[in-house]
Amino acid sequence: MLLPVLKRLGDMVVAMFGISVLVFLIFFAIPGAEPASRIAGRNASPETVAAVRLSFGLDQPLPVQYLIMMKKLFITQDLTSFVNRGYKVIPAVMNAAPITLSLVAGAALIWIVFGLLIGVLAAAFKNTWIDRLLMVMSLIGISMPAFWLGAVINLFTQSRWHDYWLFSWVPPLGYKPFVESPKLWALTLVLPCFSLAVGYIGIYGRVLRANIVEAMQEDYIRTARAKGVSESRILIRHALRTSLISVVTLFGLDFGQLVGGVAVLTEIVFALQGVGKITFDGLLNLDLPVIMAAVLYSALFVVICNALVDMLYILIDPRERTDG
Amino acid sequence: MAETVMTGEMQEGGGVKPRASGAQGPWALAFRKLTADRAAMVALAALILIALICIAAPLYASWSHTDPFRSNLDGQVMVDGKLVAALEQSTEGLGLGYTPVGPTWQLGNYFLGADNQGRDVFARLLYAGRNSLLIASGATLFTLIMATIVGASAGFFGGITDAVISRVLDILWAFPIYLLAICLSVVLINQSMKIGPITIDSGSLLLPIFIIGIVYVPYVARPIRGQVLSLRRSEFVLAAIGLGVPSSRILFRDILPNVLPTLIVFIPIMMAIDMLVEAALSFLSIGVQQPDASWGTIIQDGVGLLYTRPWVALSGGIAIALTVLALNVFGDGVRDALDPKAKLRIGAK
Repeated sequence: MLLPVLKRLGDMVVAMFGISVLVFLIFFAIPGAEPASRIAGRNASPETVAAVRLSFGLDQPLPVQYLIMMKKLFITQDLTSFVNRGYKVIPAVMNAAPITLSLVAGAALIWIVFGLLIGVLAAAFKNTWIDRLLMVMSLIGISMPAFWLGAVINLFTQSRWHDYWLFSWVPPLGYKPFVESPKLWALTLVLPCFSLAVGYIGIYGRVLRANIVEAMQEDYIRTARAKGVSESRILIRHALRTSLISVVTLFGLDFGQLVGGVAVLTEIVFALQGVGKITFDGLLNLDLPVIMAAVLYSALFVVICNALVDMLYILIDPRERTDG
Repeated sequence: MAETVMTGEMQEGGGVKPRASGAQGPWALAFRKLTADRAAMVALAALILIALICIAAPLYASWSHTDPFRSNLDGQVMVDGKLVAALEQSTEGLGLGYTPVGPTWQLGNYFLGADNQGRDVFARLLYAGRNSLLIASGATLFTLIMATIVGASAGFFGGITDAVISRVLDILWAFPIYLLAICLSVVLINQSMKIGPITIDSGSLLLPIFIIGIVYVPYVARPIRGQVLSLRRSEFVLAAIGLGVPSSRILFRDILPNVLPTLIVFIPIMMAIDMLVEAALSFLSIGVQQPDASWGTIIQDGVGLLYTRPWVALSGGIAIALTVLALNVFGDGVRDALDPKAKLRIGAK
């Protein structure tokens, strides 16, 4: 029992190490990204560039620079940005993390509930107008760019019809921490979460419907019917349960990636300073310390979520419960 | 007519013996199934219509005498018999900034209004569609070719080749695709890319095609690898190996033709995904570069004018949503016709 967990931890460390080295090397391989001349400014004299290089430790060999950066990131935890020396990277990511986490967790809640509902309903009413309507709606949801949907929501709720009773509850764009005002925190997040969730509702609803329809043709369902189990119980207890396995895999992947910063477009549209926004800003400035911290944070989440999915498998699928 | 064409293709690719007339090959069956699917046919018609309208963009531009790529800051528009500046001085607050003219709803005369450069949004929308469709098609082609090469060699040669390729694909797949695409774009848009003697300018459409194409290679390569792997162990391939047929012939005559349906199923799905990624990158201004346009850049222009001239952002998004919807519906039809059991995830984000 302990060995697989240790092996998984080992895999995680190796993956993180690989990603950090990769980011580091790519960064130094980009011709325009040479940090010293960027820090020194556009028309800096060679002396200034040399001084900057010395002061930031950029004169050291690359492996040493890499080790220093990792030491500053993980041990002393005082890594600062290349572009703005007062900008401490770890607090920046830590401040952004709860914003992204709230956004993604809220969206996940919405898409799981509605995805399940749509998938089960469509499968239960297979080939009727209910099924067709739900599937068309799902496809429309999948086909809209989530950030554009966010912009359209803003158009309706922030200016034109804001004073209309339907939208008068919508607070201005931005984020309110939960500790300051739980109510405002929830209200500011409702619409961003919804706009992020719409596409995923469609995806999960369709996947679930297809899986349930497939499962309903299995032999064990026929056996259950022969035993006189009611249709609704067959659907929920037998077909839905097997169908959930692939949904759990999807969910682990999607959740990890979104928390890791894939929600950047929704964050920008709704003016949320989340992890995605920070990563994007770091990339635009070619600011290696910020990029490194954000990418490692993102990778950590993806890896953790994958590990959690494997463990959830064991809970859902008895076949996975084998020794060894 | 169509049936004979499809059967002919099968002979070329699969080395299947000519059939007695009246019998139907798998391709002809699939084709009949697809044409009988009303939703898929409507979607296909919509796609062709959208593509034709976008291809005709230069005709529209010359007919309405607009240059959608040149700033037109002091241009004038005829609205209700009166000449109005394309960019009106703002009258609110300090009077700073300009508000472009709104939709006139007259074809050929700033149908959807102007953007913040005074350019005709509708003309730009048509040109943008050409770029969006071109990038989606190009990236899909690139992904499918790369994925077939990578996936087929991993599945066919096995051993160390397979171990290395699978490992790399797994790592790439674990990395968030959008972030990967954003990273590559920021890096490559900053300076032109050089591959050997070829230099790709940072404004070139080849950059987004290459970037979007490459990040989705694992998505297609992994199923292809699995399929090739199981075909490699199937009896007819083992028999061919036993007969001493050279591996290149086995690969091209026995294995690849059997992978073809999967690849075809991927085409509309990948195009739909690629359109959304392209829109996202262009929205972040790291995709198609101004003054060139794509539906993503139209949304980007429009978000700046969201509360004053909402139709700019709305039109770009509606164009994307309609096209992607048509691609997804058509993709469903193609999948049902060719490979109903394919476990493909439409709209991977």
